[in-house]
Amino acid sequence: MYKAIVIGTSYGGLEALKTLLPKLGSGFPLPVIVVLHIGEHNNETFLTYMDSICTLSVKEAESHEKINPGYVYFAPPNYHLLIESDFTFSLTTDHKHNFSRPSIDILFESAAWVYTHRLIGVVLTGANSDGAQGLKMIKDFGGMSIVQDPNSALSPAMPRAALKIAKPEYQLNLEDIAVKLIEFAFKRK
Amino acid sequence: MTQINYNSSNVDLLNIEIQLLMEAIFLRYGYDFRNYSKAHIKRRVLHRLVLSNLSSVTQLQDMVLRDRGFFNEFLDDLSINVTEMFRDPEFYKSLRENIIPKLRTYAYFKIWHAGCSTGEEVYSLAILLKEEGLLDRCQVYATDFNRKVLSTAKEGVYQKNEIEQYERNYQLSGGLHKLSDYYKSRYGSIIFDKELSNKIVFADHNLVIDKVFADVNLILCRNVLIYFEKNLQDNVIGLFYESLVPSGILCLGTKESIKFSRHENFFEAIDTKQKIYKKKIG
Ligand SMILES: C[S@@+](CC[C@H](N)C(=O)[O-])C[C@H]1O[C@@H](n2cnc3c(N)ncnc32)[C@H](O)[C@@H]1O
Repeated sequence: MYKAIVIGTSYGGLEALKTLLPKLGSGFPLPVIVVLHIGEHNNETFLTYMDSICTLSVKEAESHEKINPGYVYFAPPNYHLLIESDFTFSLTTDHKHNFSRPSIDILFESAAWVYTHRLIGVVLTGANSDGAQGLKMIKDFGGMSIVQDPNSALSPAMPRAALKIAKPEYQLNLEDIAVKLIEFAFKRK
Repeated sequence: MTQINYNSSNVDLLNIEIQLLMEAIFLRYGYDFRNYSKAHIKRRVLHRLVLSNLSSVTQLQDMVLRDRGFFNEFLDDLSINVTEMFRDPEFYKSLRENIIPKLRTYAYFKIWHAGCSTGEEVYSLAILLKEEGLLDRCQVYATDFNRKVLSTAKEGVYQKNEIEQYERNYQLSGGLHKLSDYYKSRYGSIIFDKELSNKIVFADHNLVIDKVFADVNLILCRNVLIYFEKNLQDNVIGLFYESLVPSGILCLGTKESIKFSRHENFFEAIDTKQKIYKKKIG
C-alpha cells in the first residue's frame, strides 16, 4: 500500500501538471508532493490557479506542516523541501543542487528515507537532469518509479536522464500516468 | 570508493547512529544539534560520509570525537551558511517603510542580527541604516555560532560573482543609490567600506545554549529557525521575546512564522507576509 507520491518537473511542467493533477479526483487517498522549477519568483498566482482547476486542494508546503491526503503540496521557490520521519515538511536554504532550488533529487531522496517502498516517484518534462538520481533511489528502495515518455514531453531531457539513470518501471504519457497513479493509489496490499 | 552501508533495509540503524552522533557532539563540544530537523541533519551527514570516504556514521563519530579540526569541518556541513545581500528585497522594503520610522523615534537603539552567517545580510542592513541616517545612532550585534563565517563577516570581503544579483536585489529593495557606492573592487573581490562595519560587533553566540541579549530594539533572525524542530523553535522565539524591549521588533525569514508557537500571543504582526512582528507591551 503506497503512502505518498512525489513529482518532479521543470520546463513544460506547468502545462503537464495542468493536465495531470486535475485527473486525481476527490477521495484520492495519497498526498502528492511536487517540485516544479519555477525560478525565484512568487508562485502564489500559479498555486491559486492550480487549486481552482483541481479537485484536490493545492497549496505551498510549509515548515513543520503535517502531510495529509487530499492535498497537492508544492515546494516554495528558493527552498529545498524535505520530508521528516513524522510525516511533516521541513525547508532548507542549502546550496542549489543541479542548478536548482528546490531540487527534485533532494525531495525524492528525503522522501525515500521516510516512505521507503511505499513511495511513488514521477519525473515529467524538463530541460535538465534533476530528479534522475532521486528516482533511482526511490526505485532502489523498492518504491514505484514512473517517467513521462520523452516523446510526449515538451522538453525530453529530464525524462531521458531519468530513464537512463533510474531505469524506471513505467514510461508513459500524461494520461496513462494519471491512470496508473489512480490504480496504485487505491491498491490495498 | 567506500560503499556506504545504508539502504532501505536499515533506515532505523542510520537514524540511531545519527542520534548517537548528535549526543556525542553535544557531550564533547557543547554544540547541541539534538533538536535540529532530522531530515536536514541526515542529508548533511550522508554528504559528509561521501566526501570523507566513510562507510558508516559510527566511523564518522569516531573521527569527530577525536579530531577537533575534523569536527570544525563537520560543523560547516551542519550549519548551512548560504546567504545573500538583500535576500527577499520586499522584506527590506517593508523594513524601510514600516520599521525605520519607529527606530527614528529612539535617540539610540540596539539591533541583534542572529545567525548572520558570512555577513551579507548585515552589510545590507548597515547600508539601509546609513541611507536612513540612523547608522550612527545604533549598535548592531551580529552573531552566529560558527566562528569561521563570523571572521568572513568581520572582513567584509566577498566574491564578485554574485554582485549583479545583489545590485538587482538592492534596487528592488528600494535602495537610494547604487550598491557599488558602498564597496571597492579588488582582484575579483569586493570590499565593503569600513564605515559600514564600524558600529557592528561580531560575536559568537549559540541560540540553543547561550543566554539572552538585554534590551534590544530590533532582532533579525532569518532562515535559521527553519532548521529547528518545533520545540526548539519555540524556545528560541522565547529567547527573542526576553531580549526585546516592549514594542521591540522581531523579523523572521519569509518561510518562518510565530504562528502556532507558544509565544504567538505575545507578538502582533506588522507585516504578515514579510514576517515582521512587534512585541506586545506588558
Ligand atoms: C541559512 S543561514 C542564514 C543566513 C542569513 N540570516 C540569511 O537569511 O541569509 C543560517 C545561519 O544560522 C547559523 N546557525 C545555525 N544554528 C545556529 C545556532 N544554534 N546559533 C547561532 N547560529 C546558528 C548558521 O551558522 C548559519 O550561518
